[in-house]
Amino acid sequence: MTSSALLRREAEPAAIAADTAEPTRAMPTPALPARSASAMAARWIKLNKERIRALLLGTISLLLFLVAWHFLTKYRVVFFVRFTNVPSPLAVHASFVKAIHDPHFLMHIALSCRRIFLGFSLAALIGVPLGLVMGRFKLVHETIFPVAEVLRPIPAIAWVPMAIMLWPTNEQSIVFITFLGSFFPILVNTLHGMSLVDPVLVRAAQCLGAQERAIFREVYFPASLPHIFTGLTVGMGVAWVSLIAAEMISGQYGIGYFTWEAYSLVQYADIALGMITIGVLGLASSLLVRAIGKLVMPWGRT
Amino acid sequence: MSNADARPAQGHIEVKDFALSYETIDGAVAAVTETNIHVKPGEFVSIVGPSGCGKSTLLNAVAGFLKPTAGVVTVDGEKVNGPSAERGMVFQQYSLFPWKTVRENVEFGLKMRGMDRSQRERAARTLLGLAGLEAFEKHYPDRLSGGMKQRVGIVRALATGPKVLLLDEPFGALDAQTRVIMQQILTNMWQRLKISVLFVTHDIDEAIFLSDRVYCMTARPGSIKAEIPIPLERPRQQSMMMSSEFLALRRGLMSLIREESLKAMGGEINDLAMQGLTIDLHGHSLADVL
Ligand SMILES: Nc1ncnc2c1ncn2[C@@H]1O[C@H](COP(=O)(O)OP(=O)(O)O)[C@@H](O)[C@H]1O
Ligand SMILES: [Mg+2]
Repeated sequence: MTSSALLRREAEPAAIAADTAEPTRAMPTPALPARSASAMAARWIKLNKERIRALLLGTISLLLFLVAWHFLTKYRVVFFVRFTNVPSPLAVHASFVKAIHDPHFLMHIALSCRRIFLGFSLAALIGVPLGLVMGRFKLVHETIFPVAEVLRPIPAIAWVPMAIMLWPTNEQSIVFITFLGSFFPILVNTLHGMSLVDPVLVRAAQCLGAQERAIFREVYFPASLPHIFTGLTVGMGVAWVSLIAAEMISGQYGIGYFTWEAYSLVQYADIALGMITIGVLGLASSLLVRAIGKLVMPWGRT
Repeated sequence: MSNADARPAQGHIEVKDFALSYETIDGAVAAVTETNIHVKPGEFVSIVGPSGCGKSTLLNAVAGFLKPTAGVVTVDGEKVNGPSAERGMVFQQYSLFPWKTVRENVEFGLKMRGMDRSQRERAARTLLGLAGLEAFEKHYPDRLSGGMKQRVGIVRALATGPKVLLLDEPFGALDAQTRVIMQQILTNMWQRLKISVLFVTHDIDEAIFLSDRVYCMTARPGSIKAEIPIPLERPRQQSMMMSSEFLALRRGLMSLIREESLKAMGGEINDLAMQGLTIDLHGHSLADVL
C-alpha cells in the first residue's frame, strides 16, 4: 500500500463531516475570555448540579443520623429497643481520640487489614484464573463446578470449627475463612463474565491470526474484566463479613476481636468505635477495588 | 504491505460442490446445498438472497469458521481448514474490541503476526490516515458512530494484507447516507489494493453498484439460482443508479429475489394471495417509480 489516499475526500459529502464530529469537542468554552469568575462558577454549578445536590443531601442525612443518635442516648430512650447502655456519639468520639493514640488499637486494625489482604488476594489469585480456565474449557468446568456448587452455599462462618481443625495456627484459619468468603463470589462472577463473551469477537480475533493463547489473553480476559471486578467488589464485602465473624469467634486481635472484647469488658463506647471502624475499613477497601477497576478498564463508560 | 502491487495473481476463491447442514435436535438441517461459486483474483463478487437462505453460512465456511458437509473451499488452490489472517473478515455487528483504542484495534493483526510495537504503530497510523480516521486513533470504539466503527473494521481487516476480504452485510446497520459513503470508501480501497472481495448483502442496489458479478441464492436450502455479470463501467458514480442499464439489472435481480422471498415465506400462501402479492409488489416496485 502506498501513501496515496485511499479515499477521495472530495467525494465524501457533508454527511461524513457530521459523522466524524467529536461530541465532547463541541463545547465552545475557550473562545470567551470576557467571562467573569462568577459566571464561570455559575456554569460549574450548573454542570455539577446533580452531584452537589447528592453531596448536600448526603451530609444532611448523616448529620440528622448523628443528632438522632445523640438525643436517643442522652434521654436513654426505651421504646422496644433500649438505649440505656448505648454510648453517645460524644462518648464514642472521646474513645476514638484515645484509641488513635493507643498502639493496641492500631495493631488491631493493622492485623485485620493484613488478614483481608492475604485472604482476598489469595481468593483473587486463585478464583480469577480458575474461573477463566473453567469458562474456556468445558472439561475443567464439568469437573470442578459440581464441587464448587456443593461448597458454595456453606457460609464462611460455618467453616470456623473446620478451619481450626485444618490449620495449625489461629492466624491461618482466620485468613482461610476470609479467603473462602471472597473466593466464591469471585469465581462465580468470573465464570459469568466468560459465558457472556461475544463469540463474534473471538471470530474477529481468529481471522486476524490470533491463536488460542492470544485469544485468551486479548479477548476472553479483557471481555470478562467488568464481571471479574463485580466479583472482586462483592468478594471484598463478603471477606469483611467473614473476617469479623472469624475474629469474634476464634480471634486473638483484630478489629472484630476488639469489638467483641469491648463488650466483655463493658466498654460500651468501644463497641460502637469498633463497629464504625469496620464500616469505614469495608467502605475504603470497596472503593479501592472500584478505583483499581476504573484504572484497569479505561474503555468503560462512567 | 508492499504486496499490493504484485497482487492480481492472488486471492482466487473457489467453492466446489459445497453443502452445509447444521446439526439440530430435529436432525440435520440443510442450510446450503449444491453450491459452486468462485472469485477471481482482484474481483468484487456479491452474494444476494432472501434472509435465511444461507449467505452467512457460505461466507463463514469461506472464512473457515464452519466446515462444509460436502465439497471443498479453496483459496489459491489451498484448502481452507480454519480461520486465518489470509482471509480478512468484516462483520455486520462491527465487532471491534471495545477494550482497545481505534489504533490498537487496527494493530491487532500485526501484533498477532509478531511485528514490534513501533513498527505496527506506524503502520496503523498510516492506514488510519488513509481512512480519514487519524484524529480518532486514541478513541475507544463506543465513542464512534456506526459508520466510523465499520471503517475501522475494514481497515483492521485490511491491515495484515489479506488475500481476500469477506464482508457479511457490513453496512446493514447503517443509515442510507452513511451506507452510500461507505460503499464509496470500500470501492476505493478495493481498487487501490486489488484485493478479491466476497460481499454478502440483501440490498440489491448495493450489490449491483459495487460488484463485478452477483450471485443470487435460492431460498433455504440455499443454492445458486443465477449468476449475473455487472458490466457497468468503473469508476462508478452515484448517478449511474438512475441509468437504464442499472435499472434493467436491478429489475432482473429484483424478480429473481422476489420469487425466492415468496418461497422463503412458506408454502402456506395460496395461489390467489400469491398473485395478489406479486401484483401488489409489481405496482409499487421502486424500479417502476423511478
Ligand atoms: N447454528 C445453527 N444451527 C441451526 N441452524 C442454523 C444455524 N445457523 C443458521 N441456521 C439456519 O441456516 C439457515 C441459513 O442461515 P444464514 O446463513 O445465517 O442465512 P442468511 O445469512 O442468508 O440470512 C437459516 O435458516 C438459519 O435458521
Ligand atoms: Mg446473515
